[in-house]
Amino acid sequence: MLFGAAGVSAAAFLTSCTSNDEGDDDGGSEQQQANVSEDKPGKPVTIGFAGPEADHGWLNAINDNARSRAEKYEDVTLDITEGSNDTATQIGQVDSLINKKVDVLVILPADGKAMTQAGLKAMQAGIPVVNLDRIFANPQAYRCWIGGDNYGMGLNAGRFIGEQLKGKENAKVVELAGLDNLELTQQRTKGFDDALKNYPNIEKVARQAAEFTVESGQRKMSDLLQAVPEFDAMWNHDDDQGVGVKRAIDQSGRDEFIMVGGAGSKAVMDSIKADDSVIKATVLYPPSMAASAIDLARALGQQKGVSGMAEFEIPASITLYSAVVSKDNIDQYLPTGFN
Amino acid sequence: MLSKSDSLSAPAAPEKPKGNGSAAGWQSYVDLRLVALLGVLGVLAVVGAITKPDQFLDVDNVRLILVQSSAIGVVTIGMTLVIIGGGIDLSVGAIVALASVWATTQATQDYGLAGMLFCSVAVGVGCGLVNGVLIAFGNLVPFIATLAMLASARGFAEQMSDGGTQIVEVDAVLDLMAADSRILGIPPLVLIFLGVAALGWVVLNRTTFGRRTVAVGGNPEAARLAGIDIKRQRLLLYVVSGLCCGIAAFMLIALSGSGQNTNGNLYELDAIAAAIIGGTLLSGGRGTITGSVLGVLVFTTITNLFALNNVQSAVQDIAKGAIIVAAVLIQHQTSRKSSTQ
Repeated sequence: MLFGAAGVSAAAFLTSCTSNDEGDDDGGSEQQQANVSEDKPGKPVTIGFAGPEADHGWLNAINDNARSRAEKYEDVTLDITEGSNDTATQIGQVDSLINKKVDVLVILPADGKAMTQAGLKAMQAGIPVVNLDRIFANPQAYRCWIGGDNYGMGLNAGRFIGEQLKGKENAKVVELAGLDNLELTQQRTKGFDDALKNYPNIEKVARQAAEFTVESGQRKMSDLLQAVPEFDAMWNHDDDQGVGVKRAIDQSGRDEFIMVGGAGSKAVMDSIKADDSVIKATVLYPPSMAASAIDLARALGQQKGVSGMAEFEIPASITLYSAVVSKDNIDQYLPTGFN
Repeated sequence: MLSKSDSLSAPAAPEKPKGNGSAAGWQSYVDLRLVALLGVLGVLAVVGAITKPDQFLDVDNVRLILVQSSAIGVVTIGMTLVIIGGGIDLSVGAIVALASVWATTQATQDYGLAGMLFCSVAVGVGCGLVNGVLIAFGNLVPFIATLAMLASARGFAEQMSDGGTQIVEVDAVLDLMAADSRILGIPPLVLIFLGVAALGWVVLNRTTFGRRTVAVGGNPEAARLAGIDIKRQRLLLYVVSGLCCGIAAFMLIALSGSGQNTNGNLYELDAIAAAIIGGTLLSGGRGTITGSVLGVLVFTTITNLFALNNVQSAVQDIAKGAIIVAAVLIQHQTSRKSSTQ
């Protein structure tokens, strides 16, 4: 309640705080309210943004979120590079942003570990780096990391399925992962398995990996449906490949199970809302993190903290919560679904 | 040993196609290859029947394997002709992606099934034409020309779709691969595959176009001296490959109910691998459609077998690699023995 009030009247707080005038706010617990970022224009900030190639829906949504958030602020200029999946190219792009002397850098690396040096270089040049999602190998390479929680995604998917199948004996669960050679896929699976351990009545009977593409989703799901003649629930790691997964399920004519998606695409959210298929929920990996990264970068550039917290400085790391979107809360999340 | 004596008795004439009826030894050698491939399929079937008897021998599973072979199968037919003709087409996957994206844009979907099919095929043929012109008349090495097409076609597809998934809303297209879409018990996609394969076989074995392809791939200089228009032949081969990609793109659209710029990912490698396993010589001049079809079936069956047994993808990839190596080694061995020139 207090945080909510503070958030709403953040602008009012700030005026009073920056003028070192304290004590007459009704939210009196903030004895030392930090100098927090707000919507009103402040010192102009140029933010350099380097991301991978937007070759699928989620990454595309990342770029959109970053762009539209930056446009919202009069004091922010966004210098966004052409996305690249090639580490060498991306390092070059970060270098050129450093040379342009941008105030803050937001980097979503194609490969976090491989891009560590680029982050270090920027930090050493005095440019604070907001590391978005795919984490650098060295904490010195970023000022703040913000990203999704792959383990938590699996955990919440597992919990949701566990609760849905509570009381059902010998329940069978199937998992369709994304690209298996990515660490994030392994983390998601670990979270999923750990959650399922809490439900002794559930057994994971099969797991296959698709490639985050519609085509592979359709193919691997067809295989899974053939491999397991009957099961009660499934988790599909990724809603992009989920389009193909749903197609395969439609083609098989099966509907004895419930399905939980991952990431939060608009197509899946529409299905959840319509409630006319096996898709009952999806676990978020919110692309809005890019918008938050712009907020953090702006705050860093203006040397402010973030509102709603007592800290003077923005945190060193922010892990987002992978909320479960189901019929109960779909209306709230529907606008965040990506194509 | 048997194959060795066979090979030795065969004339060293790689430019002679199968079905020319000129060399009995050569003919039986080809048959041996196909028999061996059928044997591999048989072994896979036995493994499947033992490990997962209920699921593997199911009619639905046979249908599944055939459906999953269809789109890549059609691409492989085109690839086989290109390779026999002494070329290579690295752009097939990217062309499939571009055609599938272009044919599923909202504007194209407004024209219904016919419009989408036409668009898909036209994009495929167009890309093939560009490849062909660059290679035949621009004198670019096929590897380079099609590599360039690979990059730009996929980039174009990404730009056109904005990296998103384009859902198909045309019922006539979706109905092609709905749950109960079957003609005489066979899914339409499989029929298209069989049709293209049959056509490919006829073209390669029973037409002048086919004979010219083998001649150009086996010995371009001799073909030129024999009065064959090499440039025209090469151009047409890439157009044929593009056409196959266009058809495959439409099949994928019907199968997945969408168009995406990631469609046809690594199809170039899958198609080349299937053709090589089927006995097509990478240097050109030799290959069969039947072999390529069997090559595709072997790969799809292996993937299916692994999935049914819940084997993880890393292991699947290792096995796939091992099979390619084994097949090429055997091919190397036999071609060295049979060729004395």
